[in-house]
Amino acid sequence: MTGSRMTRIALALAAPALALVTAFLITSLVLILAGDDWLGVWSQILSWPTNRTMVNIVNSATVYYLSAVAVAIGFRMNLFNIGVDGQYRIASFAAAWVAGEALLPGPLNIVLALLAGMFVGAMWAGIAGLLRVTRGVSEVISTIMLNAIATAVVAYLLRKVAVREEGSNIISTKPLPEGSRIPGIPFLGGEIYGFVVIAVIVGIAYWVLLNRSRFGFDLRAAGQSESAAVASGINVKKMMLVTMLMSGAIAGLVGLPLLFGQAYAYGSTFQSGLGFAGIAIALLGRNHPIGIAIGALLFAWLDQQSNPLQILLDVSPDIVKVTQGVIVLTVVIAYEVVRRYGVRLEQRHVAAALDPQFQQKEVSA
Amino acid sequence: MSNTSTDPGASATGAPDVAVRLRGIGKTFPGVVANHDVDIDVRRGTIHAIVGENGAGKSTLMKILYGVQKPDSGTIELDGQPVVLSSPSDAIGHGVGMVFQHFMLADNLTVLENVVLGAEKLHGIGDGARTKIREISAAYGLGIEPDDLVADLGVGARQRIEILKVLYRGARIIILDEPTAVLVPQEVDELFDNLRELKAEGLAVIFISHKLDEVLSVADEVTVIRRGATVSTVPADSVTSRQLAELMVGSELPSPSTELSTVTDVEVLEVVDLHLPDARGGRPLLDGISLRIHRGEILGIAGVEGNGQAELVEAIMGMRPDATGRIELNDGDIAGWSTRERREAGIGYIPEDRHRQGLLLDAPLWENRVLGHQTREPNIAGPFIDRRGARDDTERIVREYDVRSPGIDTLARALSGGNQQKLIVGREMSSEPSLLIAAHPTRGVDVGAQAAIWDHIKRARRDGLAVLLISADLDELIGLSDTIAVLLRGRLVGTFDPGDVTPQQLGSAMTGATDEEETA
Repeated sequence: MTGSRMTRIALALAAPALALVTAFLITSLVLILAGDDWLGVWSQILSWPTNRTMVNIVNSATVYYLSAVAVAIGFRMNLFNIGVDGQYRIASFAAAWVAGEALLPGPLNIVLALLAGMFVGAMWAGIAGLLRVTRGVSEVISTIMLNAIATAVVAYLLRKVAVREEGSNIISTKPLPEGSRIPGIPFLGGEIYGFVVIAVIVGIAYWVLLNRSRFGFDLRAAGQSESAAVASGINVKKMMLVTMLMSGAIAGLVGLPLLFGQAYAYGSTFQSGLGFAGIAIALLGRNHPIGIAIGALLFAWLDQQSNPLQILLDVSPDIVKVTQGVIVLTVVIAYEVVRRYGVRLEQRHVAAALDPQFQQKEVSA
Repeated sequence: MSNTSTDPGASATGAPDVAVRLRGIGKTFPGVVANHDVDIDVRRGTIHAIVGENGAGKSTLMKILYGVQKPDSGTIELDGQPVVLSSPSDAIGHGVGMVFQHFMLADNLTVLENVVLGAEKLHGIGDGARTKIREISAAYGLGIEPDDLVADLGVGARQRIEILKVLYRGARIIILDEPTAVLVPQEVDELFDNLRELKAEGLAVIFISHKLDEVLSVADEVTVIRRGATVSTVPADSVTSRQLAELMVGSELPSPSTELSTVTDVEVLEVVDLHLPDARGGRPLLDGISLRIHRGEILGIAGVEGNGQAELVEAIMGMRPDATGRIELNDGDIAGWSTRERREAGIGYIPEDRHRQGLLLDAPLWENRVLGHQTREPNIAGPFIDRRGARDDTERIVREYDVRSPGIDTLARALSGGNQQKLIVGREMSSEPSLLIAAHPTRGVDVGAQAAIWDHIKRARRDGLAVLLISADLDELIGLSDTIAVLLRGRLVGTFDPGDVTPQQLGSAMTGATDEEETA
């Protein structure tokens, strides 16, 4: 019993390991073919980061983590929310605008802005959820189109509410009042986002909700087999909509570490593309809160450690994008290979564990 | 498993006109025996029908012959030569073609384009192919114009294109999987004329169906398959549809016989005038069904598959929002309730397709114990799943229902069909339901599990359970039921006392063979 559990854990770890090794090999191959110093690249990337880089890694991983959890919630219900990117941008804008207006004093203003961000993210994802449930529109299509729409909507609204900095083309929302910023946490001589705490809470809540609650059971059951879920009494359409709303609400948090810990306003230079990294990390982390954390740290590590490559070795840091891309491709294949192997293993295990007459009995039936 | 794989005497003396010879074909999927000991000879220039209930193993057998699946045991001979078919292209290379029930045609292409697709090397894609198509069409009376757009053609013509496609690829042996399922009667007649042409040209046609009258009107020989094995092969002109029905469903002495009647006069389920329209505008799927089941009573529903059994079950379970009519459980109207509310009110449900509806295959057994009962003790503690309680109760089910598994963390997928089903039965019984809906409870399970499941149902009946039993196995229906009702084209067309009904009587009521005037 615990044996089969151990096997399952071992198998679960085998797949990402396999993917990482493959990605390492393919990236090396690309570097060698391009005539770059491939050993030098790896020794830079795999060296222990400086304290300052380490702070950056943790900060960047925090943002990735939230993005990946948002995607993972959808994955557990068999929904492919590609729209985290649009959801977090429109939500960050809304949160920045609300916070900038400073309707409430100090920390209460933070809470209000967080809620506003989650609400707007949920509503934006909810459009896709509603279309899926009522009209059968694939959420893959609708969320990716909503990404484009979000970009336009934000650009339009930003111009309405924005303030322009003196002598600059950058426009942004009103900066957050001093009291509504989330203070950093001292770490290796620097400061990491205070939002790390919220990311950890989100991770724990995600795990408890999905794996321990009745609601999570319904969600996972509907994701595994819609027909079995219907027969068991689950309202699958409602689950789809709720899942989309939850995914969007978490997506609404993705940009907020930057907002509350670094940028203090939403402007035209606000970081984009975080939603797509989240898809890759959720896949890599197997939708598991710990797995996602490791995946987020890995991606952040690759990003940050590759920054000096241009100066040190005249290699573009974009090489890690190849690594990241290959990880995503190989991890999908590796999981499927390992899953099939696991099923076969388990079937053999079951046959072996039962009495030897079992097999004959079945054949003669 | 391999004891039937070689039978040298039979293959060596094969008559030269035997196009297909299957000997001892066996195929096992994890947990299910799809085929075993299948022996079939198909002669050239004949139409050979293969009949059997859904789930009897016809489709698997044909997939083996078409190279989609490899048999675990047995031999295939084509024209006297033993062959190994490992892919459909292998099968096509050996002159075996298959016409699937669901057409594989691109609507926006012409007939010509559809036919040459994937066979461009044979006669090109231009005039050569066009001429060849006209030739084949004329030779077999198919009436196909190569330049027609498929989108403009009706179902019958599309089917003829499918037949032409396999002929174009040089097939001498043609398999048709339930070809009449999609046709109206006139089209069926046309199809049969085409098939006779094929046979006259010396081709071997294998025709899969469960519509007995059609089979008898077109086939030369009929092989009956039951529970994965060939029961017998008979010439079509020496058998009646009634006899075939009997062979199909089995007419041995009922083995699962119930003891004394435990029927009470306390009504558990009353269904009044249940209707379910066809969303595509056809004949209603359920048409004025009324029935009642009492405490301690098993009501068996007999019928050829596709006559409304699945819809009846789903309507009572609340999975068919379009259904209208009154459904009362223990004197409360549940017609507007959700599936979950109905389950909570005391309906246990053994679904027809355990893989699709009964289990989460990639979840461990104990999570499957929770499925369908995720709002009830012992599985929950407030808003949370009570893992301890669910796991303990799964241990109990595994013990009491003899589910053979190394443990409760094993994935459901790894269990055999019989053990999966025993788990489902145990789960549905564990919340002490007042009504059990059992759809094909012993389909695809081994004999041991079948007997065990029958025992569980009988014991629950003694304890006052009301059971709605749907089954394609007449032995099971006659043996277990207190009353048998026959469902034909969405209507209940007759009620029988299992004490004095014969499988023949049921078989003919199911096919409408004796009651033409009543059902017309």
